[in-house]
Amino acid sequence: MQIKCYINNRLFNEVIEPDMLLIDFLRHTGFTSVKRGCDTANCGLCTVWVNEKTVLSCSVLAASVNGKHITTLEGVEDEAIAFGKFVADEGAEQCGYCSPGFIMSVLSMKRELNDPTEEEIKHYLSGNLCRCTGYMGQLRAIKKFLQQGKDGA
Amino acid sequence: MKVVSQSIDKLDAMALVTGKPVYTNDIAPQNCLIVKVLRSPHAYAKILSIKTDTALKVPGIACILTYKDVPNKRFTMAGQSYPEPSPYDRLILDQYVRYVGDPVAIVAGDSEKAVQKALKLIKAEYEVFKPILDPEEAIDNNTVIHTEEDYHVNFDIGNDVKRNICCSGGFESGNVDEAFEKCDVIVDEVYHTKANNQAMMETFITYTHMDYNGRLNIVSSTQIPFHVRRIAARALDIPKAKVRVIKPRIGGGFGAKQTVVSELFPAIVTLKTGKPAKMIFDRYETFAASTSRHEMKIRAKVGSDKDGNIKAIHITTLSNTGAYGEHGPTTVGLSGHKTMPLYNKAGAFKFEFQVVYTNTMSAGAFRGYGATQGAFALESAINELAAKLNMDPTILRQKNLLEEGEVLTAYHGETLRSCTLNSCINKGKELIKWDEKYPYKRISDHKVRAVGTAITMQGSGIAGIDIASVQIRLNDDGYYTLLVGATDMGTGCDTILGQMAAECLECDMDKIVVNGVDTDQSPYDTGSYASSTTYVTGMSVIKACKKLRDQMLTEASKILKVEKDTLEFDGQKIYNEEKSITLDKLAQELVVGDGNYLMASASHSSPYSPPPFMAGFVEIELDTETGQITVIDYFGIVDCGTPINPKLARIQVEGGIAQGIGMALCEDITYTELGKMKNNSFMQYKIPSRRDVGNIKVAFESSYEPTGPFGAKSIGEVVINTPPPAVAHAVYNAAGVNIRSLPITSEKILKGIMAKR
Repeated sequence: MQIKCYINNRLFNEVIEPDMLLIDFLRHTGFTSVKRGCDTANCGLCTVWVNEKTVLSCSVLAASVNGKHITTLEGVEDEAIAFGKFVADEGAEQCGYCSPGFIMSVLSMKRELNDPTEEEIKHYLSGNLCRCTGYMGQLRAIKKFLQQGKDGA
Repeated sequence: MKVVSQSIDKLDAMALVTGKPVYTNDIAPQNCLIVKVLRSPHAYAKILSIKTDTALKVPGIACILTYKDVPNKRFTMAGQSYPEPSPYDRLILDQYVRYVGDPVAIVAGDSEKAVQKALKLIKAEYEVFKPILDPEEAIDNNTVIHTEEDYHVNFDIGNDVKRNICCSGGFESGNVDEAFEKCDVIVDEVYHTKANNQAMMETFITYTHMDYNGRLNIVSSTQIPFHVRRIAARALDIPKAKVRVIKPRIGGGFGAKQTVVSELFPAIVTLKTGKPAKMIFDRYETFAASTSRHEMKIRAKVGSDKDGNIKAIHITTLSNTGAYGEHGPTTVGLSGHKTMPLYNKAGAFKFEFQVVYTNTMSAGAFRGYGATQGAFALESAINELAAKLNMDPTILRQKNLLEEGEVLTAYHGETLRSCTLNSCINKGKELIKWDEKYPYKRISDHKVRAVGTAITMQGSGIAGIDIASVQIRLNDDGYYTLLVGATDMGTGCDTILGQMAAECLECDMDKIVVNGVDTDQSPYDTGSYASSTTYVTGMSVIKACKKLRDQMLTEASKILKVEKDTLEFDGQKIYNEEKSITLDKLAQELVVGDGNYLMASASHSSPYSPPPFMAGFVEIELDTETGQITVIDYFGIVDCGTPINPKLARIQVEGGIAQGIGMALCEDITYTELGKMKNNSFMQYKIPSRRDVGNIKVAFESSYEPTGPFGAKSIGEVVINTPPPAVAHAVYNAAGVNIRSLPITSEKILKGIMAKR
């Protein structure tokens, strides 16, 4: 079947199998930041945005994004760098494999939540697993990143 | 120091946070054959027949391999220095399958769909045997798991394979029986630690291809490229010279990738077909067809006089290595040798162990490597001893603690050269407000807050066995290339090794290019395991840089026509009182005409494995009506010698504690009665999320290790060991219930509370 969608604001017109998952579609089209970490929608590694809302791309059919706008980490590189500097400053990227999905969720949280508490941050991101860091360095990076946003405003 | 001890960003940090294609599956060619494996549905069976003809007719299938198609040369998948201590008990495909998940056939084809379809069309008939699932029933069972005639051990490991004993042995120092007779108080209990999965975020992934020289290239997410080269050559029965292994960035390992897991399947497909091939383990396979932490049942007997002077320790470990012996003979030793020495003053130590085969998935390497299991047993026993003595357990520990200068009889007779464990305990007590909170505070009619503690040690590399080499080159613009064979798996070792080089050569980090690992180019390194990179590879960096400096002075003296010993190097220039040459100029001169391109290599192997130490302190909240347990705060106070990069060291501690909390509270691999793993996904095997670990706080009490680089020891493993015993201790302080079997679930706690009522 044929689908037409925008990935990172670029139009794609592709022929796909009807049962193709969005994660495989994105990796196949070259957006390899999107990672697969499980088969059960538990890990959050494959998080992308569809029309600005976070989804697990392993749990969405590529066919269902016809006509929609998809954003991967490649599409928000400036923001990824802005936040990523705080992550690197904590040494909290470690193996980096969960970073793309995690960062997509953090950037989404920044859009959705105004001045979130520590508990709200943990709650929002609880679906993004990380096995390396113990999460504390990520939390420190998020707090500094959000604080900087405020200072700039 | 200018670069060492600085919290420098990881060299690869920005590539990782912007999602650049740096991992194995990101760089694999599009035209790879997709490789998948048909796996055994039985825990123990003999394959009577396999029909593949229908499956081969599926369009796009390139090959299907069975046990008849693979070399008949047994090997171990464990990545360890030759001669490997783990038995040669594997084939790539075997006529006997020994656990649910053992490979039966390898299928390769153009697309995942074709391969999946072909897998379903393979018909295998089995003669099914009664499996052994309980390690306590393994020895002298009617079922014998390894009956093959070519089963092989490289040296005496106390193996008795006909009795399902992979390995056995012991150690005694002093007279334990006599010492126990004189004790006023004795604790003698059995502690049970379970198989755990490393659960790194990137699963096992390998792609292979033949290069223009007709050599097999293996690109893989591995901690042990050089061991992969050796093991693959043996398993595939081809010369080592025909194998090249490359490690790109790795999405975590934690020991899982210290074993050859995914490499051989695409490798044999590429050898058979000549085509590039790729194998991606899905998460189910990563759980159920790799290697786990060794399940252990550990009897810990500890005795003291009435004043709390510990007189004797006796550890007896039964370890379950599963269907194959990967890391079986080596992990078990740590359950005694990296626990008992903490109480070196005891004087009498005894350690006995047996490692047995069962028809469960093979165990292997997982951060902590037996010390973690041993710590749960002995540290729990010490806490129970303190309770019997009616003594604060921190005081009991401090009374019996090992000290600098002592010879550690239970730790291979090594002399302890650096240790601040006593200060770690003091600092932890202060941070958690121990004296105020111990043992518990009731906060409502059914909620209690309680504290718990444990201490631990690990090693730094494998003394006298593992070796690390590096090469450093001076390039023509006056910058350096550092070639390492150690594998950065996210830990940041490329960065810290670069920091050490920059410190030695008195330059900024941007003058150091770090490159690793390609077995054709990188110097030999046993790999990143056993907490070795900082301590062992770090020393080879220092040695190589020293050699390079010397070579630079030699060349400069020739150019400047002055005596070499009048010259000094300050990182920018080589000079004496009269003459001077800049590094840039020197480097440029050396690559022109009769110059001499400078490269210095060095290897290091340490006769010592100095232990890092940690004291762990936890505060929990326990609901005594439901057994629900919540971690509030966890303090880890660490002596890793000099932290080379404090922020990366801190993350190691935080991450290790989080994994330890998972092991303490929820992580558990269990099997059905027929031997099928129940916990083969993140649905059934829960690892901690960011809401499950409380607040983890870290402090360093740095010692200075004279045999390490810049005073450093290791950090990677010691950090996982304290949570299980510390949490168990806090539960005891909250509810008076001793949980001696992991994980410490609400159900177990509540049952304990109800039994007391």
